[in-house]
Amino acid sequence: MSGRTHLGMPSFPDASRTSTRNTTLRANLGHATRTIRGKRDRAVAELADWDRLRAAGAAVKDRTLRHLDHYLEQLEERVTAAGGRVHWAPDAAAARRIVTDLVRATGEREVLKVKSMATQEIGLNTALRQAGIAAYETDLAELIVQLGDDLPSHILVPAIHRNRAEIREIFTTRMGDWGRPAPEGLGDDPAELAEAARRHLREKFLRARVAVSGANFMVAETGTLVVVESEGNGRMCLTLPETLISVVGIEKVVPTWQDLEIYLQLLPRSSTAERMNPYTSTWTGTTDGDGPREFHLVLLDNGRTDTLADTVGRQVLRCIRCSACLNVCPVYERAGGHAYGSPYPGPIGAVLTPQLRGTGTALDASLPFASSLCGACYDVCPVAIDIPEVLVHLRERVVEGGPATVRGTRTTIRPAAGHAAERAAMRAATWLLDHPGALRSGQRLAARTRRLHPRRLPGPGAAWTATRDLPRVPAESFRDWWRRNRPEEGTDR
Amino acid sequence: MRVALFVTCVNDTLYPDTGRAVVTLLRRLGVEVDFPAAQTCCGQPQFNTGYRRQAEPLMRRYARAFAGYDHIVTPSGSCAAMVRDNYPRMGRRARAEGRGGHLAELAEEVVPRTWELTEFLVDVLGVTDVGAYFPYPVTYHPTCHGLRLLRLGDRPQRLLSQVRGLELVPLTGAEECCGFGGTFAVKNPAVSSAMGDDKAGHIRRTGAPVVCAVDNSCLMHIGGILGRQGAGTRPVHLAEILAATEEQPYGGPR
Repeated sequence: MSGRTHLGMPSFPDASRTSTRNTTLRANLGHATRTIRGKRDRAVAELADWDRLRAAGAAVKDRTLRHLDHYLEQLEERVTAAGGRVHWAPDAAAARRIVTDLVRATGEREVLKVKSMATQEIGLNTALRQAGIAAYETDLAELIVQLGDDLPSHILVPAIHRNRAEIREIFTTRMGDWGRPAPEGLGDDPAELAEAARRHLREKFLRARVAVSGANFMVAETGTLVVVESEGNGRMCLTLPETLISVVGIEKVVPTWQDLEIYLQLLPRSSTAERMNPYTSTWTGTTDGDGPREFHLVLLDNGRTDTLADTVGRQVLRCIRCSACLNVCPVYERAGGHAYGSPYPGPIGAVLTPQLRGTGTALDASLPFASSLCGACYDVCPVAIDIPEVLVHLRERVVEGGPATVRGTRTTIRPAAGHAAERAAMRAATWLLDHPGALRSGQRLAARTRRLHPRRLPGPGAAWTATRDLPRVPAESFRDWWRRNRPEEGTDR
Repeated sequence: MRVALFVTCVNDTLYPDTGRAVVTLLRRLGVEVDFPAAQTCCGQPQFNTGYRRQAEPLMRRYARAFAGYDHIVTPSGSCAAMVRDNYPRMGRRARAEGRGGHLAELAEEVVPRTWELTEFLVDVLGVTDVGAYFPYPVTYHPTCHGLRLLRLGDRPQRLLSQVRGLELVPLTGAEECCGFGGTFAVKNPAVSSAMGDDKAGHIRRTGAPVVCAVDNSCLMHIGGILGRQGAGTRPVHLAEILAATEEQPYGGPR
C-alpha cells in the first residue's frame, strides 16, 4: 500500500542530478512530451481567436479572484440550497480531518477516488489509510502510480514517467494485492493494459458507497461542480456511490455558466490536445433517486489566501491545471516530475509550491531556481500566467527575504539559509560593474594572466567546467580596443 | 542620428570581436556608432537571480551612460530583453514599494530607444541585405529571450538568407532552450548540461561547421559543450557573420 510522501525530499538540483542520469525516464518523458506538445500546437492553431480566448480566460479569473469572498459565499449558499453541505478547510490538516470524519460517519471502510490534485496536495490517501480506510484511485495513470507504490510526476498523466513494459510489470505483480488480479499472460499492448485496468476497477465501482473527488470548476451562480476527464471513471464515481465528498481549492470558482464556456474551450486543447473534453460531468447538490444522496463540498485554502495577497504571485491562482507548461518545459522533460517534490511539478509547480508551502525547506527554496527562464511555459499557458515573472519574484524572496503573507498575517520573510556567500558575491559584482575603471583593471588582469587560466575551475565554477570548456579570455577587452582606436571618445565616469 | 553601442559586459570582457563586428557592420551601412565608456552591465544576472535591488544601480548607470542617444544597439537578445521587459517592471516595483517614480521614468526613457541588433537593422535601418559574404553552411539557434521576449521572429533568418555564400541549414528542436539560463547553468548544472547536450547533438547532426545566434552567453554554453565533446562546430555571433565581406572575410576569433 502506497506510503510515499514528499516529506524530506532533496533539493531540486540534488534530485535532478540523479534523475537526469535515468535513461529510461529521459526516454519516456522525451517521447511523451514531444508527442503531446505537437498535438497541443495543432489543436490550438485551429482556433483563430485563441489569443482572445486566452485573454478572456485570464481576465475572468482575475476578476473572480478580486471578489473571491463574494463568489465563495454565493457558491456556499447555492450548494446548500441544492441539498449539499459546505465545509471550510483553512489548511491541509483541517481538510484531511473533515474528509476522514465524513467517511467515518458513513461507516464505510473504502472510498473510490476520482483523480484530484487537491487530495494529492493534502495527502488524503495516507490520512485515510491511517484511519483504516482504503482509498482506491480509479484514473488509469493514478492507478498505475498507486499500484506501483509510486508518486505522481505529472498533473494530467501522473504515470507519464512509466512505459508500457513497466506498467505491465506493475499490473502483473501488484493488482492482486488491491483487488481483481491481472489476467494470466498479460501483454504490454495499451488496449490490453486498459482492459485489465477496466476489469480491475469495474468491481470497485459497483461495490463502493463513498467517493472522493476534486473539481475543475465550481459555478457560483448555481452551486454546480464540474469535473472534466477522458476515461469515464470519474462519471462512475460521481454517479454510483451514495455519498460524494469533493475537495476543491477556493480558486476554482467561476461566477457563471457563461464564464465556464471559456475554460471548456481552453482546457481540453491545452491539456489533452482535444477539441472538446470527452466526459464533462456537472452536479448541483443532490437529487432524489438520482446519484449520491449526500454531497459534501470541502473548500480548501491551504495557502491560497496568502498567495492572493501577493500582487505578483497571485496570478498563479488562475491555473486550470492543464499541464501544457509541463509538456513544453525543457527542464521538466529532463529532470522528471518527482524532482519537484510536490504534487505540482514543472513550471507551475515551481511557482505554486513555494507559495502554498512557503520557502522554508531546502527543496521549496530551490524550486524558483528550477528554470532557465526560457519563457516557453508563458507562451502556452491558456490563462497567460507569466511564470518567469513569478519565478524571479520568488527568487528574490528566497535570496533577499522580504514581505509576504503567512497564514493571513503580513510578515517579513528572512532570506533562505545558504545564500550568504552568493549575496556577498552579487553585491561585489554590482560594485565592480558600477565602477568601470575597476572593471577595466579586472579585465586587464584577466587578459594578462590568460595563459595561466585552468581548464577546470574551483568552487561554484566547477559546476561549469565539469561539462563545458571555458571561453578563452581575449588579449584585449572591447573597451580597451575602442580606447586605443578612438582616444578622443568618452572617458569612464 | 546618434547611435550608441551597448556592447554588454560578457561581450566586452570575453567576446570583443562581436563588438568590433557591430561597429564594422554599422559603419558599412553608413551609421557612425559611439561607445560611451560609462556603460557596463544591464543588471540581468542580478535581477534574474533574485537580486532586483542590486540591479537598480546598473539600471541607473545604463540610463546615464546612454542619455542623449537616439538609438542604443546591442548584440544581445537577452540584454535587450532585460532592458525592455524588466526595467519597466523594476520601475513599477519601486513605485509600489513607495520609493517614488524615478526608476519608472528612467525605464520609459530608455526602453523605446533600445534595440537588439537584428531589430535595428530590419526595423530602423530597413535593410536585410547588408552586403555580407560568408561562404559556409550555418545553422541558426534562436535564443529564448530573442525568440519569446523580444519576438524577433524571422529577422535573423532574413538577414542570414541574404548573406552571399551562406547556406542556412535547418535545426531540429530549434526553439528549445539550450540550457544556459545565466546562473541556472551553475545552480542546476545537471539539467543545464542535459539540455545543452541535447542541443549540441541537434547542432552536430546538421553537419554545419558553424552555429550562429544573437547571444554570446548561450553560444558560450553551447560552444563549451561542443568543445568538450571535441566537435568541430564553431559558435559564431550573427554580427560577425554580417560584418564579413569578400574584401574582409571572416577570420575566426583573434
